Amino acid sequence: MSESQSESSFKIEAKNIDVFYGEKQVLKDVNMPIEGNTVTALIGPSGCGKSTFLRLFNRMNDYIDVFHKKGEILIDGKDIYRKKTNVEELRKSVGMVFQKPNPFPKSIYDNIAYGLRIQGINKKSLLDEIVEKSIRQAALWDEVKDNLKKSALALSGGQQQRLCIARTLAVEPSVILMDEPASALDPISTAKIEELIQELKEQYTILIVTHNMQQAGRISDKTGFFYMGDLVEFDETQQIFTNPKNERTENYISGRFG
Amino acid sequence: MNIEEEVQQLKEAIMDMAELTISQMKKAKDAYLANDSELAQEIIHNEKRVNAIELSIDRDCENIFALLNPVASDLRFVISALKINSDLERIGDYADGIADYVVDLTEKLDPSLVKETKIEEMFNIAISMLGDIAIALKEDNVKLARKVYQKDSELNKININASKIITEYINNNPKTVRQSLFMFSVIRKIERTGDHIKNIAEDLIFYVEAKVLRHKKMKK
Repeated sequence: MSESQSESSFKIEAKNIDVFYGEKQVLKDVNMPIEGNTVTALIGPSGCGKSTFLRLFNRMNDYIDVFHKKGEILIDGKDIYRKKTNVEELRKSVGMVFQKPNPFPKSIYDNIAYGLRIQGINKKSLLDEIVEKSIRQAALWDEVKDNLKKSALALSGGQQQRLCIARTLAVEPSVILMDEPASALDPISTAKIEELIQELKEQYTILIVTHNMQQAGRISDKTGFFYMGDLVEFDETQQIFTNPKNERTENYISGRFG
Repeated sequence: MNIEEEVQQLKEAIMDMAELTISQMKKAKDAYLANDSELAQEIIHNEKRVNAIELSIDRDCENIFALLNPVASDLRFVISALKINSDLERIGDYADGIADYVVDLTEKLDPSLVKETKIEEMFNIAISMLGDIAIALKEDNVKLARKVYQKDSELNKININASKIITEYINNNPKTVRQSLFMFSVIRKIERTGDHIKNIAEDLIFYVEAKVLRHKKMKK
């Protein structure tokens, strides 16, 4: 097995994934190979299983008592559900950004430094360096550099979301999961987040759940359409939005059911 | 606005445009062959309607793009509708141009020239191509759409022969240069009509099958 794993050219691979909440099966034999430094959009109507699928990659579903799964989730060729996986370490390398910005009620600086301090990084110069680098990467630096002591809660929604992205970047993940990161933002903030996602792709592998079809079209390389627990179609985004192979995909993306 | 309804309405508008264009081309044939300037005036008058429908379809497409963000087959349909609209409008222009000649030309056509050039047959082929393409559009019938390719090559054949025939006719009948030149232009317009119908077939096939046929040589 170990030989075949190292041969895989994929950053992430979901293999034969079944997920159950108790008796109810919410994902059915899902297979999705994902290349590194790409953006993959997960779309589908509410309850189709796309968020459950996203949360497999940082083991967020583990908190749900009735959750159990079959199949493998490989990141860099290793199954993240094997026994010896350190879940804390996994969540450092697989960051997550949520629908609603959720900064800590602390200063901008401390929001970023928090995770680093937990890791035992306390040297001020190093903290300063990482805080600046992360905020710059999240395209927020020019807007906050003069007042890093300001409460994060005083920022606008769009700025808060970019701060949350900066906080994720500070611990140097290689994969970023985003669950509708722009759905609570105005069009200008949304455009900034989308531009940021395009830049982050150079260094990270990004999976994003979105209900905004145009957003999926604008930012993603590949799109997976989920419906009632099935991955109905997974292909190049351009293909999905110009000539999908499956009629259900076409009906969904053109707004005929939802 | 609802994409399904809008696409349906757009399709109906394209059908109306096609019907009107067919009727214009049929009248152009009758007016030209019978030198009926009254009928020609009617064509010229109706050309305004063709233009108005063209503009209205353009506007509808623009609205659908801007407001409904069409994707997949909806997107292909709206793109095709825009192009088909413009092809139909050009065909309407040709009918109008033929009508202008009828108004200008006071002398009767020489029946032997009409017979030899096969211009009536050309008109009939073009009109039957228009009929095929209208049904093909209505039914999304790509098989019928493909039929127009064959008919178009017949038009091309007649067109090529006609230039020889007309040159010879002018040599022998120098007093009829005017009607001969007009006829040559009319033949060119019918030949171009065939090309536009072929474009429409390509757009229909693109919409239905998502295949681009344009600029590919058709296999013989």
